[in-house]
Amino acid sequence: MSDKTKKTCAQSTENTQSMAGNIPMLSIENVTKIFHRGTVNEKVALNGIAMTLDEGDFVTVIGGNGAGKSTLLNAVAGVFAIDSGKVIIDGIDVTKMPEHKRASVVARVFQDPMIGTAASMNIEENLALAGMRGKRRTLSWNVNKKDKATYRELVASLELGLESRMNAKVELLSGGQRQALTLLMATLNKPKLLLLDEHTAALDPKTAAKVLALTEQITAANNQTTIMITHNMKDALTYGNKIVMMNEGEVIFTAQGEEKQKLTVSDLLTKFHELGDENDRILLS
Amino acid sequence: MLFLRTIPGAISLGLIWGVMAIGLYISYKILDFADLTVDGSICTGAVVCATLMNVGVPMPVALLIAVLAGCVCGLITGMFHTLMGIPPILSGILTQLALWSVNLKILGKAHESLNGDKVFLLVQQMNQWQTILIMLGIVAVLTGLLYWFFGTKIGSAIRATGCNERMARAQGINTKAAKVLGLAVSNGVVALSGALLCQYLSSADINMGRGAIVTGLAAVIIGLAVVSRISSNFAVRLIGVVVGAIIYFTVYQFIVNLGFDTDLLKLLSALLVALFLAIPYWKNKYYRKRPRCKEKTAQGGDSNVGQN
Ligand SMILES: Nc1ncnc2c1ncn2[C@@H]1O[C@H](COP(=O)(O)OP(=O)(O)O)[C@@H](O)[C@H]1O
Ligand SMILES: [Mg+2]
Repeated sequence: MSDKTKKTCAQSTENTQSMAGNIPMLSIENVTKIFHRGTVNEKVALNGIAMTLDEGDFVTVIGGNGAGKSTLLNAVAGVFAIDSGKVIIDGIDVTKMPEHKRASVVARVFQDPMIGTAASMNIEENLALAGMRGKRRTLSWNVNKKDKATYRELVASLELGLESRMNAKVELLSGGQRQALTLLMATLNKPKLLLLDEHTAALDPKTAAKVLALTEQITAANNQTTIMITHNMKDALTYGNKIVMMNEGEVIFTAQGEEKQKLTVSDLLTKFHELGDENDRILLS
Repeated sequence: MLFLRTIPGAISLGLIWGVMAIGLYISYKILDFADLTVDGSICTGAVVCATLMNVGVPMPVALLIAVLAGCVCGLITGMFHTLMGIPPILSGILTQLALWSVNLKILGKAHESLNGDKVFLLVQQMNQWQTILIMLGIVAVLTGLLYWFFGTKIGSAIRATGCNERMARAQGINTKAAKVLGLAVSNGVVALSGALLCQYLSSADINMGRGAIVTGLAAVIIGLAVVSRISSNFAVRLIGVVVGAIIYFTVYQFIVNLGFDTDLLKLLSALLVALFLAIPYWKNKYYRKRPRCKEKTAQGGDSNVGQN
């Protein structure tokens, strides 16, 4: 409840610019992140990034290895404190909010299928953990009868045959099954933001396609505001209504709507070539 | 024959230490936190219980306060780790060292006897069968309570934290709080074992916790080796850990009866535990599988999923 009042407060102060009342779902303002500051290993991973997402936006992010894509998502999720700038989600300044609190509005799927789930717990228990995201955890039973039925239906909608294995420990599932489950967990409470960090990169092409199709299906059904990092330029063009290209901690190109639809893989490659030979390695992926 | 007569005693001790092993299971296996606090907190449980009972506090109340004292020990280690960023092992060592002074102050001297004629002892060496029966009841109730607790939303959050901290945080779990709470519960159970032990031995001693972690680990490892093939059910595992403690003390008694130099028993225990701990490592190295969660039984597939 207090969140609601906080929100209205924040809206009036933070977002005076959006007079029409259409507050962006995410606004990243001039965010800088420097790792190992003041040492020889100093690395400016994000250099004054700015980005705005409206409700329902699906942004794909591309860029070479070390461009700062993961760091950007980590900054939005609150994994670490940023050095300067602001992260505002649906009008609330969350820059100082710790990761576990931010999780009430931000959900994630990681590249490594091992990271998204608790391996020693079963499918139901994992879903129940996700179901409590942003809510107060109590001494009530983790998975109750009513949830069981709901979870079973949801898992059945994945069409992976997992609904008969609700009590199987997640460690027994394949990487693709785990990613699909993680996706389901991430979207269970309809978060304000869904962050996908190369979530299909560790999967074989067929499984990757299936998980991507699921992503499309779920995000479309929920009008889910999403950021998806991918190293596959074709996917980056196929999915979403906005595209962002990053290099060395900066956004070097963005396109949206029709402009994005007209883009081709070779357009993107040309942009990468303009950056110099060093970035040719992205071609390999 | 002499050995057979010592078996009830070994079972009693095994059951009492089994409670300690359950506490250790919570930190070591569920939270994946090697918590050395236990050497101190088992003693805290004993000295608090003995001191209170000697001044006339009823046994159940003394037992309860001893458990709470143990919870505070875990709380402190948890705060060393989460608020001050001290690594788990060092956090435990710091609390353990501090507890030595605290325990000495509580007891007032290095050794204190409990007068069995004046105070009611729940478990005692004089009466092995009664002890075994009561301990079986305590283990059953404790297992039931923990089974419930770790099945609740809060308990599940602790399990998730121990299994996969990044996932836990991404699911909105305050992993720092989860660790502190888990350590408090763990050390509360360990202190319960200490409080029972002091009644059983009719005395509390400032040095009674020394090496407790090794005994507890041996029980956990032996126990899990025994039950992991039967079931991965949480309650079965907790009981398995108690069985592990009973096996440990029976073997211990057997070795003592063989006339083994008792001065060397700690050396033997340490080597035994080192060997047990090495087995999974060697196995992993051989099979090239990467372990993910301590609590898990079997290795999942997907060990070859790349990072990039
Ligand atoms: N936790 C960290 N500590 C130090 N350096 C980091 C850390 N995370 C990322 N970096 C560095 O920041 C840069 C951007 O990394 P990252 O965001 O992971 O790139 P991308 O996801 O685009 O491949 C890289 O140079 C990387 O080495
Ligand atoms: Mg990355």
